[in-house]
Amino acid sequence: MADITLPAALQGVELVRSVRTPARLEYTYTAGVATTRFLNGLAEGKILGERAPGGKVYVPSRGADPQLGVPTTESVDLPHVGTLVSFCVVNVAFYGQGMEIPYTSGLILLDGSDLPLMHLIQECPVEDVHIGLRVEAVWVDEADLGPTLESIRYFRPNGEPDGVVTQPGAGVTW
Amino acid sequence: MVRDVAVIAFAQMPNVRAETVLNEVEMLMPVIHDVRQRAGLDQQQIGFTCSGSTDYLSGQAFSFVSTLDGVGPWPPIQESHVEMDGAWALYEAWVKLQLGDLDTALVYCYSKSAPGPLQEVLSRQLDPYHVAPLWPDAISLAALQTRSLLDAGKATEADFAEVVARSRRNAMDNPNAQLAWDRAEADLLAEEPMVDPLRKHDCPPISDGASAVILAAGDRARELCARPAWIRGIDHRIEPMALGLRDLTVSASTRLAGEKAGVGGAPMDVAELHAPFSPQELILRDALGLGDHDNVNPSGGALAANPMMVAGLTRIGEVAQRIIDGTAMRGVAHATSGPCLQQNLVTVLEGDPT
Repeated sequence: MADITLPAALQGVELVRSVRTPARLEYTYTAGVATTRFLNGLAEGKILGERAPGGKVYVPSRGADPQLGVPTTESVDLPHVGTLVSFCVVNVAFYGQGMEIPYTSGLILLDGSDLPLMHLIQECPVEDVHIGLRVEAVWVDEADLGPTLESIRYFRPNGEPDGVVTQPGAGVTW
Repeated sequence: MVRDVAVIAFAQMPNVRAETVLNEVEMLMPVIHDVRQRAGLDQQQIGFTCSGSTDYLSGQAFSFVSTLDGVGPWPPIQESHVEMDGAWALYEAWVKLQLGDLDTALVYCYSKSAPGPLQEVLSRQLDPYHVAPLWPDAISLAALQTRSLLDAGKATEADFAEVVARSRRNAMDNPNAQLAWDRAEADLLAEEPMVDPLRKHDCPPISDGASAVILAAGDRARELCARPAWIRGIDHRIEPMALGLRDLTVSASTRLAGEKAGVGGAPMDVAELHAPFSPQELILRDALGLGDHDNVNPSGGALAANPMMVAGLTRIGEVAQRIIDGTAMRGVAHATSGPCLQQNLVTVLEGDPT
């Protein structure tokens, strides 16, 4: 690029190396019919999934079967126990983290559901966490229940023998 | 060698000020089902799927991915997305069909314009260093363009009132319109300006909406549709980001896109122009050489409903539907993006001679 000759008044002025332009926008989120049912269920201490016409049960659901692209048709009150189908141990601190490291995030396939739910695994040393672990939900006190997944504090081992793990989507044929 | 590609089906949801019960997936799903049913295709018979939307409107990263739940992308499908109006998703699908190995495409778009402060959200598309930090709202930018137009002597406020009165009157026959009424131009001119020189009625409503089309190529289109709306030309052009570099009283990009798409030469039975603000219709008509006889915006256009990321594809759909129905033989559809008509896409559609 050609050199630019600055006006005398600007010669020797320190270069601008960065600009900061803060932006903040507020949004009102519409959860939708199915997710509203799920969130309201949590406020009552329930985990509500949605059954699709093909028979699959999704939790949490956005109101559609993501394989078939059709509306879910039935609300299903799911048990609060399930099997760990995958997990990761978080050893890295990051901004906004509320947990003491190391901790475990897990994908929990609730009994009767076809879509694993993500949540924390606690009351279990990280080295003992393994795929197949049977876990149960630990809820906040009844007075603190609300329409949020934080109504469940975490999942913990429930002492049952390991479950048989079928990876979600395995066995689907086309 | 350009492959013949046609719009063979179009569907849209009735536009509303704010959809506050359904989420985007639940809102969009019936439109997807409707358009596929009109074409007589299920998802597995569709070669390519392309959508248009923007996460800035919903305030959620990658929100468009979740809307695939309403499409049924299993077994896995060939799919793409543009962070733009669905008209540009249609362009991508048209290019994809030009490659020759696929014969059909689903194009859809949706938005809730209302979850965030729309006028401020739109300022995020401006030059991030010199303009966006000033947070100029979309109406003020359109007012700058309108002032230029008036000052250049190219239009009068009475011309704007004519556009508004005609568009909203036309919208009374459009069951999907959000804003429709019959008011005299003199009444409109008696109103006070909102963002001078724009009056409130010169501005589009804020709309939530969704629309979708099915494209098919060659013989597949003839098989699936009695009267395909053939895309005879399609082109899009963009102008510089800096508003000060452009003559805001004309649309050079629309003029060029129109020439490349083949707008001249024969009269149009229908023209659907994506002009969110009434003065912009005058600029677009001038750029495309359209006169009073060209049946501009029989749907009411963007003044009847302006769902962001949707209103452009809906213009193509409105023209295509009239050809499919047999009420029009040849039409032009226009879509715009960015402030003050920065980027423009022009499509010329034709039916087979009967």
